[in-house]
Amino acid sequence: MTIDLGRGLVLRNPVMTASGTFGYGEEYTDFVDLAQLGGIIVKGTTLHPREGNPYPRMAETASGMLNCVGLQNKGVQYFIDTIYPRIKDFDTNVLLNLSGSCLDDYVKGAEMVDALDKIPAIELNVSCPNVKQGGMAFGVTCAGISQVVAEVRKVYHKHLMVKLSPNVTNIAEIALAAEAAGADSVSLINTLMGMAIDAERRKPKLSVITGGLSGACVKPVALRMVWQVAKAVKIPVVGLGGISNATDAVEFMLAGASAVEIGTANFIDPAVSAKVAWGINEYCERHGFQEVTDLIGALEC
Amino acid sequence: MTKQITDFKLVESQGFGRSVLMRLRSEQVLPAIVPGQFVQVCVDGSPSTYLRRPISIHDVDVEQNEITLLVQQVGEGTRHLAALKVGDTINMVLPLGNGFSLPEKGEKCLLVGGGIGIAPLYYFAKVLNEKGIRPTLLLGGKSQSDLLRLADYQRFGETFVTTEDGSLGEKGFVTMHSVWRNQDFDKIYVCGPKPMMKAVAKLADEKGVWCEVSLENLMACGLGACLCCVEDTVDGHVCVCKEGPVFNIRRLKW
Repeated sequence: MTIDLGRGLVLRNPVMTASGTFGYGEEYTDFVDLAQLGGIIVKGTTLHPREGNPYPRMAETASGMLNCVGLQNKGVQYFIDTIYPRIKDFDTNVLLNLSGSCLDDYVKGAEMVDALDKIPAIELNVSCPNVKQGGMAFGVTCAGISQVVAEVRKVYHKHLMVKLSPNVTNIAEIALAAEAAGADSVSLINTLMGMAIDAERRKPKLSVITGGLSGACVKPVALRMVWQVAKAVKIPVVGLGGISNATDAVEFMLAGASAVEIGTANFIDPAVSAKVAWGINEYCERHGFQEVTDLIGALEC
Repeated sequence: MTKQITDFKLVESQGFGRSVLMRLRSEQVLPAIVPGQFVQVCVDGSPSTYLRRPISIHDVDVEQNEITLLVQQVGEGTRHLAALKVGDTINMVLPLGNGFSLPEKGEKCLLVGGGIGIAPLYYFAKVLNEKGIRPTLLLGGKSQSDLLRLADYQRFGETFVTTEDGSLGEKGFVTMHSVWRNQDFDKIYVCGPKPMMKAVAKLADEKGVWCEVSLENLMACGLGACLCCVEDTVDGHVCVCKEGPVFNIRRLKW
């Protein structure tokens, strides 16, 4: 079941949990044996602490949800001092999702995380729709993503995964720009920009009006984008967006993903990530695939 | 405290106007449950009930491995739950959050409930009785029909009632009841609509009395992972699902 994503990031199976949906892993240990997962990607972290957006931060939508958390976190130094010692010995890959509001923040944050022995990779978040500066601004133009990836690449020596925004016209071009600037892999998709309105009160449901859409409803969009990107780039693609079960995960791999992330589905079934890992195995046995890697891009069309 | 994700069978369902009392039995041994904790209920069936519904625990029967929920129908999810039949299976994640702080023996406790917020106070009053503490209860509703299971609450301690229309007890809000003028308390515990809890918290603060309130912010995960249900506190934004739902009023920026 092993998946080698390059530059030292080797997963025991293709299933990881998506940033912002699995806390620091500790919140889920009553439900999931973390050793059953390829990796966990911890909550989006920025160089400086952020209080995030005001409440309310979520709204349920048809087969999904909107959120506008706004990267609430206590900063990279707090992560290093307080959280890292608690989670560094988890029997799985622990990846840090790193975000920033300016180029310098990304570079300084990446330098600090580079020194952490037990963090084999950063998922660079250039696609958060809920922060005013930076975040998605870097991820929606080829020039923006080239700049931030190239600068982080200079200081970060381990696996650099770049998380892409779906809120663009041509995601394959953005992925190619990330690859050319030195990304080791790309993950997609982050949330789709959306909004919800309370008609009775004539008010937006989210405190900052717009937010990011996730859940089962985004899966067809995510699948299409993974397919387009996987055809365009040579680096591994990590697929996410509405994956709720093993069949969904297999579909992403057939479309070209080397690994997947489980996001919003963790809220509905806290044990779902391990179930997806077993289910992919079961699919491979049922269809006679010797290696899980044989699924990657095996779509017949 | 270990959390479980468990299937329950509905063994009894009893309607109370807009609300329904659901008794649910598990095949598994229930974990220890503190009054004020909650469950996340899976609502199968429609795209508009994608996420679990957080619902307070109304009662626990350790010997039968049973949990009782008192569910008010406020939207599609709770309407769907109310329509379930005896024998149906319901999946729940439990127990979640931190419950009420238990008082010391001899302390005089007032439990204040408003509307469906009376639900978790039933199990709390029962546990207090088991510990030899008879609390005073002050329950409020818009009208008499909101005061569900009143006779059952009265078994656990002296119970006062207010209704906004005056159909039962004293007319007005819980904060206007004469018990506030006639008695003193060491600890006040509150669950109800936010404006009501804020009013009681203000009253408690003026009297200098220790007070805990139980919040019900909109949430997704219920586990402290998604950071959606935050409340503004002296420690910044904290998750109601993980650090609450019960908070001492001194911690809140109300």
